[in-house]
Amino acid sequence: MDLNYTEEEIAFRDEVRAFLDEKLPKELSDKVAARDHLGKEDMERWHAILNEKGWLAPNWPKKFGGAEWNAVQKHIFEEETARANAPRIVPFGLSMLAPVLQAFGSKEQQDYYLPRILNGEDWWCQGYSEPGAGSDLASLKTRAVRDGDHYIVNGQKTWTTLGQYANKIFCLVRTDPDVKQQEGISFLLIDMDTPGIEVRPIILLDGVHEVNEVFFDDVKVPVENLVGEENKGWTYAKYLLTHERTNIAGVGYSQAGLESVKRIARAERANGKPLIENPQFAARLANVEIDLMAMSTSNMRIISKAAAGQAPGVESSMLKVKGTIIRQEINDLARRAVGPYAMPFPSETVEGDNDPIGPDYAAPVSAAYFNNRKLSIFGGSNEIQRGIIAKVKMGG
Amino acid sequence: MNFDLTEERQMLQDTLRRYLSDKYDTETRNKIIDSEEGMSAEIWAELAELGVIGALFTEEQGGFGGFGFDVSTVFEELGRAGVVEPFLDTAVLGGGLIARLGDDSQKELFEEVIAGSLHLALAHGEPVSRYDLSYVESTAKANGDEIVLNGRKSVVVNAEAAGQLIVSARESGDAADQDGISLFLVPADTAGLTMRGYPLFAGGRAAEVTLDEVKIPASARLGEAGKGFAALSDVIAVADVALAAEALGAMDTAVELTRDYLTQRKQFGRPIGSFQALAHRYSDLLIEMEQARSAVINAAGHLETADAARQNASTRNLIGRVGRLVAEESIQMHGGIAMTKEYELAHIAKRIVMCDHRFGDIDYHLERFIELSAA
Ligand SMILES: Cc1cc2nc3c(=O)[nH]c(=O)nc-3n(C[C@H](O)[C@H](O)[C@H](O)COP(=O)(O)OP(=O)(O)OC[C@H]3O[C@@H](n4cnc5c(N)ncnc54)[C@H](O)[C@@H]3O)c2cc1C
Ligand SMILES: Cc1cc2nc3c(=O)[nH]c(=O)nc-3n(C[C@H](O)[C@H](O)[C@H](O)COP(=O)(O)OP(=O)(O)OC[C@H]3O[C@@H](n4cnc5c(N)ncnc54)[C@H](O)[C@@H]3O)c2cc1C
Repeated sequence: MDLNYTEEEIAFRDEVRAFLDEKLPKELSDKVAARDHLGKEDMERWHAILNEKGWLAPNWPKKFGGAEWNAVQKHIFEEETARANAPRIVPFGLSMLAPVLQAFGSKEQQDYYLPRILNGEDWWCQGYSEPGAGSDLASLKTRAVRDGDHYIVNGQKTWTTLGQYANKIFCLVRTDPDVKQQEGISFLLIDMDTPGIEVRPIILLDGVHEVNEVFFDDVKVPVENLVGEENKGWTYAKYLLTHERTNIAGVGYSQAGLESVKRIARAERANGKPLIENPQFAARLANVEIDLMAMSTSNMRIISKAAAGQAPGVESSMLKVKGTIIRQEINDLARRAVGPYAMPFPSETVEGDNDPIGPDYAAPVSAAYFNNRKLSIFGGSNEIQRGIIAKVKMGG
Repeated sequence: MNFDLTEERQMLQDTLRRYLSDKYDTETRNKIIDSEEGMSAEIWAELAELGVIGALFTEEQGGFGGFGFDVSTVFEELGRAGVVEPFLDTAVLGGGLIARLGDDSQKELFEEVIAGSLHLALAHGEPVSRYDLSYVESTAKANGDEIVLNGRKSVVVNAEAAGQLIVSARESGDAADQDGISLFLVPADTAGLTMRGYPLFAGGRAAEVTLDEVKIPASARLGEAGKGFAALSDVIAVADVALAAEALGAMDTAVELTRDYLTQRKQFGRPIGSFQALAHRYSDLLIEMEQARSAVINAAGHLETADAARQNASTRNLIGRVGRLVAEESIQMHGGIAMTKEYELAHIAKRIVMCDHRFGDIDYHLERFIELSAA
């Protein structure tokens, strides 16, 4: 047992740090630190910087232009980028679709789409959920009917994150309604410019346009946009969900969040003393930090296993649940720390007025607290994860 | 012992509930939130007409209620509907201070408040005061018949709509002393008073207020020089009852919406409420709601007693804890739909959580409770 990184791992970490020092634009890290909303250009700019270095796709095999890092290296990269307040990599093309294409796509699909994901030509969004199909994803109804060399797609997707920026959407669609639900689903790649597609914004409770509804009305999709075999989409989707669950613990984000709460609590005063010395608040902070220290080691234990080639099982569900609880608790502390200044609505969304109200660290905390309620809802809700854990462990 | 509302209060509750469910639906309310004023003058006038403001004051003060249970009855209904109109600020705080301290000519303003024709705001909190009620750095210097105010006031709810601001400023002592704080009625258009307004996260508006050599006549002082703290504590005790009751009403709505959703939403071919993982947590919410209701009764029932401060601290701590649980669990059990701005629960959850940021959060009230229990 050795809790420290090996020499090579430390060298790698230093390389990542040096790269971030040199190449991460301050405008971007400032925005991330202040939890300002990143525009499409901001995210594309960071992607391009990473791509130039060959680090945009840490989990892709080298032959597709990826870094092909092992689990420990990926973890170090995630931890360091979170700590440096780098924008997060938009996952839809890079870490959700690409692994599916690499495993199940045709040579033509790989050759065409993978480079476009790296160089930013395509912005993908994920079209899984529907109004009636959330946790019960397999009940999805969006229909694709074969008509010559096209599918005709009708139906609706929802909660489509950043669909307003996307020119492509990968969708689960029903191609056979007469078999067991899971066996009639196919995986389709669809151009967002195709006639018959309409994107409508959904404004979330923090006032931000982050997700969308996507409507399909007789949308013609070429047959060559089918990934793998017809009616095998559920298998691919499940494969994708396991990739969606990497970095699920969000240790780096929690560490960055905790540091930021500490900064706030040093600056705020309660009863004439720094808030960080207030016994109630200090105890809350210590409790989360203790949980995070243990989870960080749990995370490393699972990562080491993965690096040694063992596939993580229910552990990733466990990390998802614990990781989101910790992140949400940190968001709660930040809100609590700023006192009455949690009440103003963030000025950024108020037209033409960018000065913070009160201390600059106060502006984003309430929005973050409410927005991050999503963490325990999406990517397989925490209830669904708990169900998986119990089912696996009890052999149900 | 009798836990029924009096006939008058029951009538008030019924009237308010009926009015708000007819006139204050989600869409109307969300439009009000997005409007420039952040409130509806029409709703304000009609609620004043229905007696919402009068019910918050005793007959002696010019109202027809004024007891803890009047305050809790009104605010529970306002909370249930997620009302964003500033009854706490204009009536409980502003009107409450004038009713307690005002001289005959100042009390003329109070009549306008009861009638619904004048808004007030309490400009007390400062950038670093947090929840510390006695922390006032702003100064008031007498200069002959004139008083000159200087300082900064933060998150002054309803400041922009207020015809008059009640400004706290120090005439003597150090920044955290209880002694030496005076209160002044300052017309909003007084030279040297500037504000930067903004919307609030849970609806309504507030402003950062700057006082730069604001000159007012000595007759603008409310009550005695340097003795404002006691009255401030008194109205904030009423505000504690109001906020706890408001949160309770909102929590009731959250739990009801959750029940409806659990029975209507189907996944895996059955109502999600049939999954025990959710059913038990829904039951926990109901169990905690009984605690919350009793806590509000404790606060309202002790408002006129010597134990009011300790009871309030206890109630606001419990309501803060249960409020967070109800807000978060209701959202979680709804899934994605509760994350959308238009959905009723989104607003209700924000109201509940933001109650914990006015006049003390759960930690502040826990400390206060410990202190007062030891005394
Ligand atoms: C901000 C945000 C972004 C999203 N982005 C995307 C995206 O880009 N693409 C996409 O396809 N989807 C996206 N989603 C959708 C997300 O995956 C779904 O919200 C999620 O699957 C839950 O579905 P639901 O919201 O319909 O809730 P439901 O499935 O209706 O769940 C409601 C409640 O019931 C519980 N529940 C359901 N089934 C069970 C059970 N068997 N046992 C116990 N409890 C149960 C849930 O845990 C939850 O608490 C996003 C969602 C959000 C909020
Ligand atoms: C000290 C003591 C005194 C008692 N006195 C009396 C008495 O005076 N008279 C009398 O009649 N009985 C008495 N009991 C018995 C008591 O009522 C039973 O223990 C109780 O009904 C639980 O049954 P069980 O122990 O067989 O556990 P089980 O019913 O086997 O339960 C095991 C676990 O499963 C859970 N569980 C069971 N069903 C469900 C479900 N549908 N959903 C979710 N969880 C479930 C239980 O909560 C428990 O955690 C007593 C028990 C004890 C320990």
